[in-house]
Amino acid sequence: MTYHTVAAFTQSLSLVLFFVLFIGVVIYALWPGNRQKFEHAARMPLDSDDHDPTLTRDTGGRN
Amino acid sequence: MAATTTSEEMSAFSDALAVLGAAIAAILGFYVTIYSTDAAMKFHGAVLGVGAVIGAIVVLNSLSSKGGERPYYHDGPIKFAAIAAVFWGIAGFLVGDIIAWQMAFPALNLDLPWTSFGRLRPLHTSAVIFAFGGNALLATSLYVVQRTTKARLFGRWSPWFVVFGYNIFIVIAGTGYVLGITQSKEYAEPEWYADLFLTIVWVYYLIVFGGTLLKRKEPHIYVANWFYLAFILTIAMLHIVNNLTLPVSLTEPKSYILFSGVQDAMTQWWYGHNAVGFFLTAGFLGMMYYFIPKRAERPVYSYRLSIVHFWSLIFLYIWAGPHHLHYTALPDWAQTLGMTFSIMLWMPSWGGMINGLMTLSGAWDKLRTDPVIRMMVVSVAFYGMSTFEGPLMSVKAVNSLSHYTDWTIGHVHSGALGWVGMISFGALYCLFPWLWKRKGLYSIHLVEWHFWISTVGILLYITAMWVSGILQGLMWRAYDELGFLKYSFVETVDAMHIPYIIRAGGGALFVIGALMMAYNLWRTARGDESIDLEDQPRVAAAPEIRATLAPAE
Repeated sequence: MTYHTVAAFTQSLSLVLFFVLFIGVVIYALWPGNRQKFEHAARMPLDSDDHDPTLTRDTGGRN
Repeated sequence: MAATTTSEEMSAFSDALAVLGAAIAAILGFYVTIYSTDAAMKFHGAVLGVGAVIGAIVVLNSLSSKGGERPYYHDGPIKFAAIAAVFWGIAGFLVGDIIAWQMAFPALNLDLPWTSFGRLRPLHTSAVIFAFGGNALLATSLYVVQRTTKARLFGRWSPWFVVFGYNIFIVIAGTGYVLGITQSKEYAEPEWYADLFLTIVWVYYLIVFGGTLLKRKEPHIYVANWFYLAFILTIAMLHIVNNLTLPVSLTEPKSYILFSGVQDAMTQWWYGHNAVGFFLTAGFLGMMYYFIPKRAERPVYSYRLSIVHFWSLIFLYIWAGPHHLHYTALPDWAQTLGMTFSIMLWMPSWGGMINGLMTLSGAWDKLRTDPVIRMMVVSVAFYGMSTFEGPLMSVKAVNSLSHYTDWTIGHVHSGALGWVGMISFGALYCLFPWLWKRKGLYSIHLVEWHFWISTVGILLYITAMWVSGILQGLMWRAYDELGFLKYSFVETVDAMHIPYIIRAGGGALFVIGALMMAYNLWRTARGDESIDLEDQPRVAAAPEIRATLAPAE
């Protein structure tokens, strides 16, 4: 097996691999079922309990 | 919170481990101090040893002061890194401006080895990239990962070891450059022992960050954390591979790299360009994806775009390194590969820029009223500009004019001062009141001043370097009618004198802006009454104060 055959093989394989992966990422991003999840995720920095999430869940008191 | 016996045993165990680790580091450090043949390395051993002793004292001290309510999030190490970022930022910008003046007036190198351009230049680059940028990334990543996973940082002493150990590494690296220790790899100058220590610190960083992700209370991992994780993982890989060296002795600083010739050059620029791609881009994009929505109080413009942005950016960046080696001994196909991938990077870079800018849709008025958000938005604009310019310069034909000229320096600084600097300033202006639980910054008007003075400084810097770089490139390739070079090298140096003075002046403005920030943040952390609280947005206040200001949305 020469360098050129190995190179040709790995180059074509990586092309296919990366292309398929990229298509996979785009499908995942655009999948209708994920819409709700991403809409929630887009608001994740905005949550108001940045100092202690247990406070909002336990009606204000520390336990 | 009733602590169970197991968790007490766990914390006693981690205290013991921390002291044991510090003891091993101290022994190693003092061993080097005693047995090294090199004065600078002896000093570095002492830095490690003294640092380890301080660490052990801090751990032992905490044993006697048990009790007291523990806050939900672990913010101590974040405060440390945030202060360190401000300190190293000023040091790094100042050294940069000193060497800028040296370029205009060479006598300013004082004719001493320690203050020569060759030693101060790596001091400047490492101080701004790794010390300022690195601490800003440490502070923000550890803050963001806790808030978006709703989980406390993983580990008891590990987060402290990460921030403290990282800064010990910075001291060892920086003093080494001034004292003449370097392995002569750009942005990877520290010698083998500093590299090994950084590797340990970085693995702990990965453990702390990854451990926090694993114990997350939110099922979805927010996109900022993806960027931070890509940054941490890739830097680990790059750092290890590019520093595969063999030291001549365990008590001497000198080492030899395993690769030779063009392989070494390719490895170096695979490292070098991905330091840009994953340290200065991916890491700071993590910052962008948290702090811009947070400060603007708007959701991310398109979360789908952020996913495509992330995966395409990390897949493309890793291949762009060869564009640093155009027209060298590197095989032609590799140069073309580097150029092609650089051009493809236009897409994710601009996708990310659009996502950051459009997050302000519905809140554009904040650009006028909140200088902190304006700083971050201008930062994203600089990101767009420098990521347009970079691929352009990687085109071989353009590169034949731009390479080795000041155009490159101008390009780097529009990214470094504009993008990395401004987004970090914005994040620090957010973080200080939040971490120190203040109602707002000491003065938002001072932020306004900082914004304008540094923006003018950056513009002076990059326009001066465009002029000087293109002038330099054109003079180098000018021939007379007989085919001889038209200009001698020294004539090109002389022609750049005025742009050099303008550049150094712009840099000085940037330093002044950073000093204003340090003053403002210091007054904020100290708890001084804000002088213009009425002009600050609600989000400037710490979360626990913000919650009392207005009902939850």
